Amino acid sequence: MPGPFAGFKWLALMNDWSVFAEGFVQTILLSALGLTLALGLGIFFGLLGTSHVKLFKLLNRVYVEFIQNTPLVIQIFFLYHGLPHLGIMLPVFVVGVLGVGVYHGAYIAEVIRAGVESVPKGQLEAAYSQGFSYWGAMIHIVLPQAKRISYPPLTNQAVNLIKNTSVLAMVAGGELMYHADSWSSNNLYYGPSYVVTGLLYLSLCFPLATYAKRMERKLEVSS
Amino acid sequence: MIKVQGVNKFFGPLHVLKDIHLNVDSGEKVVVIGPSGSGKSTLIRCMNLLETPSTGQIVIDGVDITAPKAPITKVRESVAMVFQQFNLYPHKTVLENLTLAPTLIKKISRDEASESGLAFLERVGLREKADAYPAQLSGGQQQRVAIARALNMRPTVMLFDEPTSALDPEMIQEVLDVMVDLAKEGITMVVVTHEMGFAKQVADQVIFMDGGKILEKGSPEHFFTNPEHDRTKLFLSRILR
Repeated sequence: MPGPFAGFKWLALMNDWSVFAEGFVQTILLSALGLTLALGLGIFFGLLGTSHVKLFKLLNRVYVEFIQNTPLVIQIFFLYHGLPHLGIMLPVFVVGVLGVGVYHGAYIAEVIRAGVESVPKGQLEAAYSQGFSYWGAMIHIVLPQAKRISYPPLTNQAVNLIKNTSVLAMVAGGELMYHADSWSSNNLYYGPSYVVTGLLYLSLCFPLATYAKRMERKLEVSS
Repeated sequence: MIKVQGVNKFFGPLHVLKDIHLNVDSGEKVVVIGPSGSGKSTLIRCMNLLETPSTGQIVIDGVDITAPKAPITKVRESVAMVFQQFNLYPHKTVLENLTLAPTLIKKISRDEASESGLAFLERVGLREKADAYPAQLSGGQQQRVAIARALNMRPTVMLFDEPTSALDPEMIQEVLDVMVDLAKEGITMVVVTHEMGFAKQVADQVIFMDGGKILEKGSPEHFFTNPEHDRTKLFLSRILR
């Protein structure tokens, strides 16, 4: 009986490379759009968390705690299997973007909140004293400073988001993990399929993680 | 120029400003002194609404800034503040610190703001530091930059909130020199400070605060030679050694 990594299995994979390429491209698209959504939600809810208005703070806490303390799989299942019962049918790609976007938005909200709170209060006061509005002060004074501190953890969130798009395989998400899974469950060539898939994720995540580490070291040096 | 009428301020149960009345004329230099916790910083921070008075009225150049929907950002364009901790923008160069608000808020052209900014840096003796970042400067230099940043807004009122309290003793004088020089102009100045020499030299009116109240106000001559209140005498005897 041939081993799990027999040569002909690799050949079969190479013949069907376009299946993996398609999944890879979908994963990149899903990650890019998911990250955009996550950043938007994260900045919005993160700033709500820094507000002095109790209701805004509460909204931040509800979003962050609810999303961070339930599994991503359940959130995806809710979007994919739950919403249709309410008459909302979303294409699986949209489920993916919403799923990882909302999930990582909650983590990014905490990163943003911590970043903004790390900027001394005097910065906002100096900006106010010069006639800046709240948003003007945020955009020109506070957020650029919060950004420096937030970059490394934000990059880590981007890495996690890319990896977590693989959860979409459970609802036929059309991304890399799904294609690897369905290709190999047809021919049972699991070995090469999962190795290549793992390497493809690595090729996306490793450079980002390295970049984050380097920035972190730079921050330590400068502070 | 500045009219403070019946202002009270509470922080929770703490009554930090008690029925404050104060008039500052255009061009007048007012120095506010008093022990820590007397409410003097809170009072000056009410004048640009960094703190909102709980009751009472503050009118700046005819505009009631304590009214609901007062155009506070507009008023702040001409009421500059210099802080104890400098609060320069650390991610911007010295010159960018000076030009940011004038270009974004007052919509002055970049060239014009840079030109006047460099002139103000020259005046505080730091033109050669235009491209440095705040972290590369000493405390005294940072505070001089902060004064230049305030001036580049072309304010009619300058508020100084303990501008030398966070400085090493040997850097205090360079900042005071800039402020004395500034006081020769027509600009209205309100200065919270412990520098009695400065008060004697430039003040038109000295205000003594304690326990959230204005205990005494008057000319420096009256104040330093002939104070009325025992509390003022005690404070002065402790601080003037």
